[in-house]
Order: sequence, then C-alpha cells, then structure tokens
Amino acid sequence: MSFMSQTIEAPTRIEAPRHRVERDPDRPWVVIVWNDPVNLMTYVTLVLQRLFGYTRAKAETLMLQVHYEGKAAVSTGAREKAELDVARLHAAGLWATMQQD
Amino acid sequence: MRHGVRAQRDGTYRVHLGREERELLDFLATELLELVAADDDAVARLFPAAYRDDPDAEEEYRRLTRESLVDGRVGALETIRRTATAEQLTQGEADAWLGALNDLRLVLGERLGVTEDLYEDGIDPQDPRAAQLSVYGWLTWLQAELIDALASRL
Repeated sequence: MSFMSQTIEAPTRIEAPRHRVERDPDRPWVVIVWNDPVNLMTYVTLVLQRLFGYTRAKAETLMLQVHYEGKAAVSTGAREKAELDVARLHAAGLWATMQQD
Repeated sequence: MRHGVRAQRDGTYRVHLGREERELLDFLATELLELVAADDDAVARLFPAAYRDDPDAEEEYRRLTRESLVDGRVGALETIRRTATAEQLTQGEADAWLGALNDLRLVLGERLGVTEDLYEDGIDPQDPRAAQLSVYGWLTWLQAELIDALASRL
C-alpha cells in the first residue's frame, strides 16, 4: 500500500497555533472614524447626520473631534451592528474601523 | 444663473456647469470605473480595513461587504456618466454625485499626496502636480456645492 492511498480514519484536526484576539462577546464594539486629509469637514458632518440620524450639533462635535484629535467614536453596539455601521461609513468613503472597548 | 448646484423647491437639484466641466466629470468617472473594475492598487483607499489587528475577522468582513461596496461605487459612477450633461438631478442622482465625487477626490488626493495644508496654501504653479491639483481643487469645489445643496434639505 502506497502512502498516498493510505486511508486515514477520523483525522484529528490540529489547529496551528496562531495569534488570535481574545474576545468577550458581551463587551460592546466601538466604531471609530479616523482623520484624513481629503474628506471635507462639511462632508463628514453630513454623512454622520444622514447615516446615524444625529443632529447637526452632535455630528459637528464628532467631526471636530475627528479633525482635531485624529479620531472619534461615532457609534457602539453589538458586533453585527458595528460591522454594518463600518460598511456604511466605508461606502461613504470615510476611514472607519471597529474595536472592542 | 449661478455657477454650481442648487436645491430646487420641487425637490430636485439644478446643476449649472460649463460644457468642459461636464466633459471632465464624465472623463474622470470613466477612468475611475476602469480602476475599480480592475481592482487597481490606486483604489485601495476606497476599501479600508474594518479590523486593524485581526486578519481573520478582516478577511471575513471583506468577504461579506466587498461586493456590495464595489457595486455601490460602480452604480454611482455610472449615474455620473449618465447624467453628466443633465441640468436637473433627482435626489438619488444628487446622492450618487456626492459619493462619486468623494471617491474621485479620495483616489486623486491619495495619488497626489494631498495634505490639509493644500486648502490654506493653494496651488504653487511651479508644482509638477499643478494641473492635477487644479482638477482636485475643482472636484472639491463641486462637491462642496453638492454638500451645501443636500444639507439644506436635512
């Protein structure tokens, strides 16, 4: 019997050790928008108002935080919601990421 | 009539641009459509990572979202091409212009290494990028026109 045709019963799957970020599913996810030199301040404000239904005042506060501090947390929630929010921000061209608090 | 974009009472948007400006818009949208279709490195800025330090989660995010993100961008650019000569835009068409103009600025701005100082310092005519920077500046003006018109409806 050749090695190649040898049958192997119930192979045990061995996971290669790899770096994996440990997650606590109960900890909320935070969606962050980062500053970039292209997106206009008025555009970022408009996008935050439209996507999240924020008032102009709230959207402007977040936009200014992005502009002056380099980033701002714009929404929080369960992982699926955060992913959806990030995708909507990406569709609008904003530089968004998500992370657990 | 005022040069630019204006919200109309009937819910549409009036676009007042010169013929050359409309041709430029069509040209730029066509070029970006080709880059997006080819998944060229130049459009990487349009598809940033959602997860900064988790490659597995990022791969899954891309698998789930990439197609609809590409489709949305292609649709908006095609709307620009279809309506480049239009004098009036519907709400949906104006939204498509807004997003596509932003994509054009992101890709061109990345290629030109644009910084925030550009808005304050203006363009140096000796800069070898001067011609492209003036296109970028024009896109910025047109997008700002749309933002003002769309924000007036919120």
